Amino acid sequence: MTKKKHSKVFLTVAPLYLFTLIFVLGPLLYMIGLSFATNNDSWGVTWKFTLENYKKIFEPVYLQSFAQSFQLAFFSTLLIMLIGYPFGYFMAKLSAKWKKRMMLLIMVPFWTSSLIRMYGWIIILQAKGVFNKLLMALGVIDEPLKILYSYPAVLIGMVYALVPFMMLAVYSSVEKMDWSLVEAARDLGASPMYAFLTVTLKLTLPGLLSGVILTFVPSMGLFFIADILGGNKIVLVGSLIQDQLTRGSNWPFAAALAVLLMVMTSLMMYLYRSITHVKDLEGIF
Amino acid sequence: MEDSILELKGIEKSFGSSEVLNGIDLKIKKGEFITFLGSSGCGKTTTLRIIAGLEMPDKGQVILEGRDVTGLEPHERDVNTVFQNYALFPHMNVEANVGYALKLRRMPKPEIKEKVKKILELVQLSGYEKRMPQELSGGQKQRVAIARALVNNPKVLLLDEPLGALDLQLRRAMQLELKKLQKKLGITFLYITHDQEEAINMSDRIVVMNKGVLEQIGTPDEVYNHPMSSYVATFVGNANIVRGKIVQIQGEEALVEISTGKIKVIIDPNREQIGQEITIAVRAENILVCEECKEALPAVILEKSFSGGQLRMVIGLEDGKEIIASRYGIDSHVQIGQKVCVGWKPADAIIVDREEQNDEKETF
Repeated sequence: MTKKKHSKVFLTVAPLYLFTLIFVLGPLLYMIGLSFATNNDSWGVTWKFTLENYKKIFEPVYLQSFAQSFQLAFFSTLLIMLIGYPFGYFMAKLSAKWKKRMMLLIMVPFWTSSLIRMYGWIIILQAKGVFNKLLMALGVIDEPLKILYSYPAVLIGMVYALVPFMMLAVYSSVEKMDWSLVEAARDLGASPMYAFLTVTLKLTLPGLLSGVILTFVPSMGLFFIADILGGNKIVLVGSLIQDQLTRGSNWPFAAALAVLLMVMTSLMMYLYRSITHVKDLEGIF
Repeated sequence: MEDSILELKGIEKSFGSSEVLNGIDLKIKKGEFITFLGSSGCGKTTTLRIIAGLEMPDKGQVILEGRDVTGLEPHERDVNTVFQNYALFPHMNVEANVGYALKLRRMPKPEIKEKVKKILELVQLSGYEKRMPQELSGGQKQRVAIARALVNNPKVLLLDEPLGALDLQLRRAMQLELKKLQKKLGITFLYITHDQEEAINMSDRIVVMNKGVLEQIGTPDEVYNHPMSSYVATFVGNANIVRGKIVQIQGEEALVEISTGKIKVIIDPNREQIGQEITIAVRAENILVCEECKEALPAVILEKSFSGGQLRMVIGLEDGKEIIASRYGIDSHVQIGQKVCVGWKPADAIIVDREEQNDEKETF
């Protein structure tokens, strides 16, 4: 009876397993395999084991790209945290009606392709763009700032593209907050700031950290933002991979880069898990 | 005057258009166990939150040890609260929870440890320092919450229905324990409950609240045996309320005419006169039910139920008004539908809602 039931359940979920196997695990294994294969100078690969592709990553030019990606990801995540946390926090404290409205405002941009939205930023940031005109009209600057095709432009684009994820992650954890805990802290003698740091922030840390994961990881790979707003001056790992796949046609090297990126991402996930786990046992400070 | 530790002066509070508190005046003595008793929505929790500083009154003052603290933030007041849902910090163990207030006052760690240990001993939770709140039972969480609020040595401890979530047996045990603890520490306890038994068991004084006003303030004996209003009589003493008119006075005994008959009541000859309308309260256990009518009101048994060792009868008077009577043990003599007579000893009828105390109520 139970056995029969089991097999029935299995049958219903089998397509899901099959799908995952074919479309997730398959390509993944293929990519890992590819990263150890030898590249042919003319076309295609030879399935001969080599570590050359990984060694190549340590060439300064590529290492620099990794460093640059990390740096950009770090600063954009930092900015996203600073903007996204307060936003998510205050959004969770709004009335139900206003929560819905804010949610809609966050969602609306997603209805347009992010590529197109990045072109929108060109219009805003270019020398004769909206942003410069506004600053000049306000008398803040005399000459247009050269923001477009620079590091700040890429940073702006990154923050713009990824901040909603932080907002939503923080929002969902602040929403679950039991505010009587903050009242208890205040009652016990904590100033509003101390209560926030020791209670609210601690209890919403999982939301903040998952926001960090959701923004840090993609910000290393969103090459089109760097390409469009950075004018090829900033080469991220994402653009490097894309470049090696298309123009460079060195698939094994692209695969090696991708594998390394994935390992680093998994490492972050692991860190997140261990941090939130620690939280369950002791509390972080 | 000097020994009043906490004083409320004309506290008023509304949320939106609904008035929650309508002029609360109260003086609480040092070392007193005072209970706010009232049904939900009567404003007792709001009063407590105003004292704690978690809510601002629209009008009025909160005076703690002679100092006006009305405008002060919660962390600037020497009162601590035991919250209804305990509000233990889920990310801290028992020791960190209890030591929270000490840590933020930058007390050295060994000293915190020592104090926490002592207070946990006091609430009989020694050895639970490293447990997380989710590993504790309801009663244990309650003890931690009390320890956490007491560790600061507050001038007044506010307890918001702290035993509400516990089962009956544990609640009774905790009542006694809390009372003992309060006596031992000498800290003023301001306790909130909707359970009249709890209030009577623990309090030095009871404040009965109804619709944002204080109905009566007094010792458990005063509130139970000498209710001043029909609300207090019904809420605290489960009394029946009957209205009638005095038709005859003989010394302290008056004959009162109610809708379905005449019955004797003890009155105060200085306050009541012939022809006056009065409201009387008679507690359910004082209602006499007999099968033959003498000086009593004809009635019929409508319902019988047995709970908590008591037989509870709903008895209908001839005009349809229902009277509740209760007895210890099972009384098998009366049957549903049986014609009986109800009455009471004249001394068991308490006159409530006397006009001089309740002018406003009568005019409305």
